[in-house]
Amino acid sequence: MNVPPRAIDLGLVGCHVCGMVCRHKGSDVGLACPRCGSALHQRRHHAYAITWALLIAAAILFIPANLVPIMNTASLYGSYDNTIIGGVVEFWHNKEYDIAVVIFVASIVVPTLKFIALGLLLITSKRGARRGRRQRAKLYRGVELIGYWSMLDVFVVALMSALVHFGLLGSAAPRPGVIYFGLVVVLTMFAAMSFDPRLIWDGDSDDD
Amino acid sequence: MTENEKPSELVDEIAELPTPVVRQRSRFGVSLIWLVPALAALIGLSLVVGKWLKAGPVITISFQTAEGIEANKTQVKYKNVVIGKVTAINLSEDRSNIVAEVNLDKSATSFATADTRYWVVRPRVGLGGISGVDTLISGAFIGADVGESTEYQDSFVGLETPAPVTHGAPGKRFVLHTGDLGSLDIGSPVYYRRIPVGRVVAYELDKDGQNVSLQIFVDAPHDRYVTDATRFWNASGVDVSLGANGLQINSQSLATVLAGGVAFQTPPYAPSTSPVAKENSQFTLYDDLPKAMARPDGEPQYFQMRFQQSMRGLAADAPVEFLGVSIGSVLSVKLDYDEKTQRFPVVVNAVVYPLRLGIAYDKLVAMAQRDDGDSSAAHLLGKLVGNGLRAQARSGNLLTGQMYVALDFVPNAKKVEFDASAEPLLVPTVPGSFDQLQEQVAEIVEKVNDIPFDQIGKNLNNSLAGLDKTIQRVNGEVLPSLKGTLDGAKTTLGSVNGVVGDDSKVLNDLSQTLREVQRMARSLRVFGDYLDRHPEALIRGRNDSPAPADKRLGKEKP
Repeated sequence: MNVPPRAIDLGLVGCHVCGMVCRHKGSDVGLACPRCGSALHQRRHHAYAITWALLIAAAILFIPANLVPIMNTASLYGSYDNTIIGGVVEFWHNKEYDIAVVIFVASIVVPTLKFIALGLLLITSKRGARRGRRQRAKLYRGVELIGYWSMLDVFVVALMSALVHFGLLGSAAPRPGVIYFGLVVVLTMFAAMSFDPRLIWDGDSDDD
Repeated sequence: MTENEKPSELVDEIAELPTPVVRQRSRFGVSLIWLVPALAALIGLSLVVGKWLKAGPVITISFQTAEGIEANKTQVKYKNVVIGKVTAINLSEDRSNIVAEVNLDKSATSFATADTRYWVVRPRVGLGGISGVDTLISGAFIGADVGESTEYQDSFVGLETPAPVTHGAPGKRFVLHTGDLGSLDIGSPVYYRRIPVGRVVAYELDKDGQNVSLQIFVDAPHDRYVTDATRFWNASGVDVSLGANGLQINSQSLATVLAGGVAFQTPPYAPSTSPVAKENSQFTLYDDLPKAMARPDGEPQYFQMRFQQSMRGLAADAPVEFLGVSIGSVLSVKLDYDEKTQRFPVVVNAVVYPLRLGIAYDKLVAMAQRDDGDSSAAHLLGKLVGNGLRAQARSGNLLTGQMYVALDFVPNAKKVEFDASAEPLLVPTVPGSFDQLQEQVAEIVEKVNDIPFDQIGKNLNNSLAGLDKTIQRVNGEVLPSLKGTLDGAKTTLGSVNGVVGDDSKVLNDLSQTLREVQRMARSLRVFGDYLDRHPEALIRGRNDSPAPADKRLGKEKP
């Protein structure tokens, strides 16, 4: 198939913000868009390193996010710390399958998929793999899109803590786990942002 | 080819594009980004370390049932402070128990020691009261009580009932020995002058299986009333005694009537200087208050008695009384065979506590010591037997036929040889009072038997026949003539009635005559009055002036 030339091949660089296309000056260092003044680079600087670092940090924090309780609910029957998985299991036992599935997908499946997806993108891009570039590009867009919606748990905890204040009868309070979870979401979003999707198209261009 | 052309076209267009502005920007070293995962790793590590530092020992507690216990929910509390949480509940391998896995807090490491006790606090309703009501709402929790041991242990057998005494509670433990537990149980109250001052905390069978050891706990400050001379008794149930003062019912409290209890008191005769009992002192638990308060019995003496009559109603434990004072009890009643007389004497073994005689015994001993220099029981008994002491089986209760053995001085008792070396000592006997009574009754019955009842009956019969004849004659002869007499009397009465009846002539005449007499009396009175005023009229005759009565009449008439 015929692949259109990349800007880097033509010595061009595009602005991320205003879309202005400029001639590249050889070095990527310190370039700014002549129109809007935002930084220009043919490829994000050290995209691999930054993305990897943020991704690894998120993955590490994902462990305490799941092990440390995220919320404390107190009622007449006593006060209990709930972890994410514990909450899912409890909802499942109470036959609230829909809620259980929603929480499970939003809190466990989606972050895990993000780690896998970003890791896959990083590895394949670095190796300059040529297969499925379009699909990988789609995957990247999906990851970016889904990032906004990953804060579900944090919102649930925030809402519960704010609304459930019935004294003895019942109250909910956040626990440290929710911070870790929030950090995981934020870090994966930053990781997705720092990844440069143009890297997908780098490498050997003749084939595919 | 097209690829070669296109760039050349593009090159011109590209040349027209503006070039970017070059700006000096301060930049961080890229390697700094690795601080982020490092920081994350540090946070994770700190969590792990923190968790590890905070984690206390993991222990297992076995219970008979997991009722009320829930994994990840049930807490372990000591003095209502949470010290751990049940993390898992499993069945034991032989399925006879459940094993609860408990994560203790780091601060509660001291609870994983050998003498810590665990039990499940559930709502309990007993005769002594209600406990654990809060668990009705919050659910059961595991209570803990720590001991003094520092030896590490991580598997425990949970108590099925709450530990009655928390460790370190002020007070003392004592051990009571008794023949059987009665209605006592763990938690049964201990009373001192009817104030609850402690409770039974444990009981166990002695190793030989013959006795029961009870452990009781008496709270401070009441534990100082337990001295070495203190007696304990089983206060369960109701004492009903019928005495000279009437019916008396004694019990400690309604709860003890139903659930049992232990009471203690120091007997009044005990020296007031007896030291306060030490922790874990041993005491005997008596069956009731009188037994507990009885003076010490001292050395027992074993006696044997041979009776020649039926001992029906005499059983083991029947009292042996000396002049009405209980000094011992019957141990056994057995039959023997005497070849010489071809009879069956009844052999009664008894135990006697001479000390129960009190001052009398002291005096006897002193006297024997003074006179003979021998104060052994055998010698004393020999002297008493010489003075006529005999054993006699007496009926204690006429209704039930219960008997007791009475030692009494029998006047004119036959002389008996006394063997002071016999073992046990043989006390001579006389026939029992009931047997004597029986003989007398038999005599009376015989005499009654001798009365010729049928002859008396015959005579009586004859007399009655004569009486019958007399009555018949009265009926046949006397009654008809009596009737004639009565008829005569009746006619007489009728004629009398005719004379004095309402319309009889005689009565009429009589009333007329009476009226005449009345009139006459009135004119006599007028005449009298007139003479009173005019006495001269007797001589001169009546003048014309009207009589006062007439004047009055004249006034009225015009």
